[in-house]
This record gives sequence, C-alpha cells and structure tokens, in this order.
Amino acid sequence: MQHENRNFSSDIEISKDLTIPKLFYRQATRFGQDRVAMREKEFGIWRPITWHGYLENVKYIALGLIGLGLEEGDKVSMIGDNRPEGLWAEMATLCARGVGVWLFQDCLIDEVRYIIDHSDTRFLFGEGQEEVDKAISIFNECPKLQKIIWDDPKGMRNYDQDFLISLKEVKELGRELEKEKPHLFEELINKGTGDEVALLFYTSGTTALPKGALLSHNNMLTMGKHLMAVDPCLDKDDYVSYLPFAWIGEQMMSISCGLQIGYTINFPEEPETAQENIREIGPHVMFAPPRMYEQMTRSVQVKYLDATWIKRKFYEFSTYIGYKVANLKFDKKPVPVFWRLLEWLASITVQKKLKDHLGLSRVRNAYTGGAAMGPDHFRFFHALGVNLKQIYGQTEVAGISVVHRSGDIKFDTVGHPIPGTEVKIGEGGEILTRSPSVFLGYYKNPEATEKTLQDGWLYSGDKGFIDDDGHLVVFDRTKDVFTLKDGKPFAPQYLETRLKFSPYIRDSWVIGDKKDYISAVLCIDYAVVGKWADEKKLNYTSYQELSQMPEIYDLVEKQIRQANKDLPDLAKVVKFTNLYKELDADDDELTRTRKLRRAFVEKRYEEIVDALYSDNDSVHIDTTIKYEDGREAHIKTDMQIRTVKE
Amino acid sequence: MVESNTVNAGDVLLELEDIHMSFGKVEALAGINLQIRKGEIHSVIGPNGAGKTVMMNCINGLYRPQQGNIVYKGRRINHLRPYERAGLGISRTFQKVEVFGGMTVLDNIRLGRHIHLKSGIASGSIYAGKTAKEEVAHRQFIEEEIIDLLEIESIRSRPTGMLPYGLQKRVELGRALALEPELLILDEPLAGLNLEEVEDMARFILDINEEKRWKVTCLLVEHDMGVVMDLSDRVFVLNFGNMIMDGTPKEVQQNPEVVKAYLGEEDLYATRK
Repeated sequence: MQHENRNFSSDIEISKDLTIPKLFYRQATRFGQDRVAMREKEFGIWRPITWHGYLENVKYIALGLIGLGLEEGDKVSMIGDNRPEGLWAEMATLCARGVGVWLFQDCLIDEVRYIIDHSDTRFLFGEGQEEVDKAISIFNECPKLQKIIWDDPKGMRNYDQDFLISLKEVKELGRELEKEKPHLFEELINKGTGDEVALLFYTSGTTALPKGALLSHNNMLTMGKHLMAVDPCLDKDDYVSYLPFAWIGEQMMSISCGLQIGYTINFPEEPETAQENIREIGPHVMFAPPRMYEQMTRSVQVKYLDATWIKRKFYEFSTYIGYKVANLKFDKKPVPVFWRLLEWLASITVQKKLKDHLGLSRVRNAYTGGAAMGPDHFRFFHALGVNLKQIYGQTEVAGISVVHRSGDIKFDTVGHPIPGTEVKIGEGGEILTRSPSVFLGYYKNPEATEKTLQDGWLYSGDKGFIDDDGHLVVFDRTKDVFTLKDGKPFAPQYLETRLKFSPYIRDSWVIGDKKDYISAVLCIDYAVVGKWADEKKLNYTSYQELSQMPEIYDLVEKQIRQANKDLPDLAKVVKFTNLYKELDADDDELTRTRKLRRAFVEKRYEEIVDALYSDNDSVHIDTTIKYEDGREAHIKTDMQIRTVKE
Repeated sequence: MVESNTVNAGDVLLELEDIHMSFGKVEALAGINLQIRKGEIHSVIGPNGAGKTVMMNCINGLYRPQQGNIVYKGRRINHLRPYERAGLGISRTFQKVEVFGGMTVLDNIRLGRHIHLKSGIASGSIYAGKTAKEEVAHRQFIEEEIIDLLEIESIRSRPTGMLPYGLQKRVELGRALALEPELLILDEPLAGLNLEEVEDMARFILDINEEKRWKVTCLLVEHDMGVVMDLSDRVFVLNFGNMIMDGTPKEVQQNPEVVKAYLGEEDLYATRK
C-alpha cells in the first residue's frame, strides 16, 4: 500500500545533495533577524532568539569544535535538558561535519559509559554540574573522550580539570578561528552530501543493550517532508520542545520538521514547569508518548473528583455530548444539527476551558506514539475536541511511517503510511517498512543490521495486520504476544493500557503467556491514591505501605473489574497484586521512554509471578533498589495477592 | 540603610563577648565568647536545650542578653532592634519555618527585599521613572540570583502554605537571601528534610558561602553531624549554656569532652552517609 505524493506544504526540494546544515544555513539567512527561531523561558520571562542569533551561535560553536580538533565523522555526544544550547550543539556538530549522539538526561552512569564508549565519542556537551559529574566519573574509562563542554556555570566554581571547557570558551575559540579563516564555516557546510551519517541514535532496547542506529541527513529530511505533507504546519506556528532530544520523535519535530517549516521552537524553563509553560505558549502541534496524554487524562479525572457538584454536572453533560459526537465522527456518520448545537454549547461551557488548562487550546494536530495507547484515552481526547492521532514509527525510520489522517481516525489502528512509505506484512505477521527514511544500519553491529534491514525493507519485530480500510493495526511486539489457554493470541499491551485508564493506576504489567489465566502486577499512582487515602483518613508513611493496604486493594480491584468488562473470559485479569514500588527506568524495569521491559521484570520478579500462579495469598520480598546516584536501599516487605471477584 | 563599613575576608565580622542570658533562674547562656570571621561557615552544635537558639535570638535581636557585648563589624549592637540589625546585613531563618503561608513564594521573597526599596508611597503609586527602574532591578535580582539558585521556578506563584515542608524551608532561605545579608543565621535548616532535600540544602549553603556573587558568612545551627563536619570551617560546641570548645571540625571530633557530651550518644549522632 503506497500513497501517492500530495502537494507538499514546504517548498523545499530534498535532493541527494541536501544536508541538514545546508538547509539550516539557507533558512537562517532567509529568515534572519526578523523571525524568531526559538524561545526560552529564563528567569521568568520568555526570551526570543532570532534565526540570525541561532546561526551565529551555531557558527561559533562549530568553529570552536574545529578549533578543538574535531575531524570529519567524529562523534559528539550531548546530554542535558531541552534548551537552546542543546540544539545549537547538535546543529554545530553537524555543521562541523561531526556525527551527533544524544543521551537521555536521566541516564545512569553505566548507560552513559556504554554509549560514550560504544559510539567513540570525542566531545561531550553536558549542561551543568550534574552532567559534568557523570562525565568526569567515566572519563578514564572512555579513552576516546577528549573534552567535556558545559554551559551552566552553577556549581562549577571548583572544577579545574583541563579536559573541561565552557561553551563560552568554545565560542571564543570559534571567533578566533573565524578571524584566521573567514569562510571556513561556509566551506564546511557546502562539503556534505545527503547520504552521509548525521546522527547516531541509540534505541532504548526493551530486551538488550541499546543499539546505535545510523541516520543520514537524507533520512531525517525526507522524514520531515513526508510528515509535513500529511499535516502541514505553518511558519507562524509554535511548538514546545520538552521531551528528551534523545527520543527520535523530538528530533523529528525540532530538526526534521522545524527546519523545513521554520516554526518557533519553545523551551520550557525547567522540566517541572513544562506543563505550565505549554499552557502559556499554546502550541499548534504536539507530539508526545502516551504517558503524557495519560497524565493529562489523570489530572482531569482527579480535578473532576475534586470539583463542586455543579461543575461536575457541567462536566458530565459536556463529556456525554463530546463522546456522542466523537463516536459519530469515528463511525464517519454525519453529525445532526441538534448535536452540533449541543457540541457548540459543550465547547463554550467546558471544553474550551479544559483545553486551555491542558495547553491544547490551539492544537491543530496532536500525535501520540512510541508505545500503545488505550482506546479509552484516545476517545477521551476526541470527546474533548482534540484532533489526536496515533502514529507508528521507530528510531530506524528516523521518526514515523504511519499516521492517522484527519477525519479518518479509528482508535484501534495507527492509520495509513505517510507519502513515500510502503508498509507490508511479512512472515508471521511482522510489519515491514520501506522508505527513503529507513536508516543506514546499526553502528558496529552488522549482525543486527542484517537481521533488521533486508532488501531495503525494515523488519520491525512488531506484529500487526492491515484492516479492511487499509489501516495498519499494531498488535504488539512479536515476542510479547501471549498465547491464551484456548490457543488464541492476545496482546498484553491492550489490557495494560485499559488498566491504565484508571487514574489510580500508573503502571501495569500483565502476565499470562501459556498460563491458565491472566494476572496483573500494578503500580498505584502515589499522588492520586495518596489523596484518596487522605480523604478516607487512612494513615500511611510510604508508597510501600500505602500500596499494601487492604482498602487500596479494594480500590484497585474495582478498577480492574471496570477494565475486565466486555472482555472474553480468558482475557480477564483473575489475580493481581500491588507492587511495593513504582516501576522505574533506573532499575532497568522500563526503557528511558517508559516501555515495560517484559523479559527483565519477569526475571526480576520471578517470585511474584510464581506466587500469582500458586495458592498463596501473599509473597515475601527481600530486595535492593538503586538510586540515580548509585546508592542502594534494602527493602523487605510482604505483598498481598488477591483474586478478582466477579 | 546598609552600612558601607567593610570587613575583609578573614577578619572578625561578629563577636560575642561574655554573653549571659537567663530566663528566671535558668541560665540559658553562661558567658559565651564567640568570634565569627568573614567568609566562614561557623556551626554551632549541642544537645537539645543547650542554648543554641537562644544564642541566635540574641544575635539577631529577638532577645536582649543581660550581660555582655555583641559586636558587629566593630560596632556594639546590643541596643539595636531586630529590623535595625537586619538593615546592617544580619538575616536569618528559623528552626520551625516562619513563612507567610497565605502569600505566594514570590511575595515571601519580595518581602525580604523590602528593606532595599527606596521609593515612597507617592512615587510607588504612579509607578514612574526611578520607581519603575528600581522595581525592574529588584525583580531581576530575585529571579536571577534567588529563584534560579534555589531552583524554585516551578512554585513561584504557589501559596507557600500549600507547599511541602522541604520547599517551605527553601522559600524561607530565599527570603533571608533577598535581604542580601553579610551574615546569615541558619537555625536547623536541615531538620525534618528527607535525604534528597538535605543534599540540596547543603549544596545551597555551600553555594551561598562560596559563590562569588554571594560570599555570605554563615552561622549554622544543626544536628546533622555529617553535614556539619563536611560544610563547616569552624564548629562551636555548646552544652547547657557553656562553651565546650570552638575549633575546626577535626579538632572537635577528636575532643574527648565533646564526644562524651554529644557525639558519643549514638542516637544524637545523626550522621547520614
């Protein structure tokens, strides 16, 4: 199923010769001083940076890197929160003909060491003291690493290692080099071609060590072009960059699309203020993994529970209309005038306000991807009048390959392929993709490359099928699909997302492959359940204690019964337990993008799994957990096991 | 109002000479002598009821000692009221947080800045010329020097009373800093905080003391021995109103009398490693 090319919104022709730096230079000189390229909230005020300022910064950092000895194809890593300096560093690396590598801001030291060492990184951009500390502790183990560049001076007064250098000094080096060779920057930019490696992107492996995917300039640029062909953005649009740059979705929006359209990229003040800052900006386009939307749903549900009677009634009235109208639209039926009138009423009384609070008031297209999202969440947003679309993608296609089209949305599918992309179903139901954005291969891993890339087709490892309307349906990771007692396949993801629709449940892990029944391990949402417990006057001192209270078990059981509704008997959760801690990427239980690492948790919590399939009504836990700074704590507890009553 | 009378780093900033303070028959302080040098973090330790907070209250003027001299920058300040001492550059936080719960974080901090506001009611009400400039400058100071330092961007406009205890302590520190003090009295800044908050707070204290912008002399009352020994330049040990010793953290840890009176009691030796 191939889609014909439509009229592209951006007038940029992606030739084999075009590179990201060439496009960047062209756009920056075109927009110059008149247009705002990015905005950062700093010291309480939104501060604009024009395209001219963007270019100047990138230029001097790039030349500074050359001054430090960067050579063609050298890897430069970046770690830190989303901020202009991060994007400048990446763009400068590309302009200086290096290869960019991004690390997740909250990576543990071991992960940092692995990626820096495996990628042969020579220069590392860290934000401030925290990142510098991480870098210093691995410096001796990564012989190729030469310089660590920092930009936030806070707490850096006592650091005098000679491999540390501030961003300011790097720019100064760049300025000096420019005096010597005034045209060097332009010469460097003109050198590259589109099929050269631009980024080395580490995938968050759910099973093994991260693999480094090599993405070319052409991969990135075609990605942006094809996505923008489906849902054009305007150059006056605003976009908020707050998800990690180490996630391909953020690269796609900030680099691939942002550069071609020239919309303004906004950076929040701090990660904690992101939600507030999004509301201030009111972005036109949004791309986030399901957990962000789940969080929004949860906050609405909780606020609803807290609201006064009259407000609750208004909300119920508007959601009733919202769901009704959304369902008509899902079924592609016309909306009668009477319902349209009611929709308008709901919109002006409740929905508009609600969307404003969530920062969605101006959103034209909101995308979710990177993990499965439950149909309940999906319908929730459409009932609110938000044009939420599923996408399907992966790092190896430099972003996405399949997306919903406006007006053709089915919440159990991910839509049609974007232009220039072919999708077919291979042996065993595996989803295969072919497009100009398919990556070049894995760095230093020919075996994996061979397995994943065959005849230009990308083997995803995901199981799925194409439905009667030509929509792609993603079932689950092939290796995660369960076989139920009656031999039928079952996607645990589906049940897990259903469970997570409850505001009280933050994470869920469903077990039951080749077993007699399905069971679930759940993580309660500490804030929401804690508040519920406060209202019920229950005393608790920790997550661990709260999670094991019988009242909380009753509450969770009620949520499970809700999720079990309408499911075939064999797919219902029979037994469950509340985990004594939240699942955490620092404990390797989730990937950095918060996907469950099923094989790992199954091994780690073997005793819990065993207990769920025995006659015991509790299981004793004796374990250690580790913190981000490497400290460990010992935990001893008993977890209750409960059978869900019909 | 702040005096320009400068004291160089290493010189005595504040001196207590033979301070006696009693409440009825209870002698809370029995002849205390203490010298705090500019640029130091000087800690005061001692068991509960040793007289530490009384000592702090004497320095900032909440109590008037019956006997002895308090000399700040070479000037006897016994007779000055608390706000006058604040004007000289003495600022403090309290053992039990004393923030204005109904006010926002920003307003609490602004309040600490009040002493530096020069505009009167008349010019303030029309907000023009000098007043506007002054306000912009103060806003910049609060945002860039305090909110950024203490990392409280996300709670700026929240009512302080609704915040968790750890953050309230941070706000209180922010308010004390808004005064741009030369001497900062921290009365148990770590009490009641969890490990992460303790680490943050310890870092802030170091920043305030060492960062070029601040260079504030700190007088720290604290029970957390791990932090006291790590941060302090000097430690003053108090027991039932009497000084046991005053020396470097190392000397204090080796002094048998201190160990017996204080460190030896395991439950009080609340070190966190």
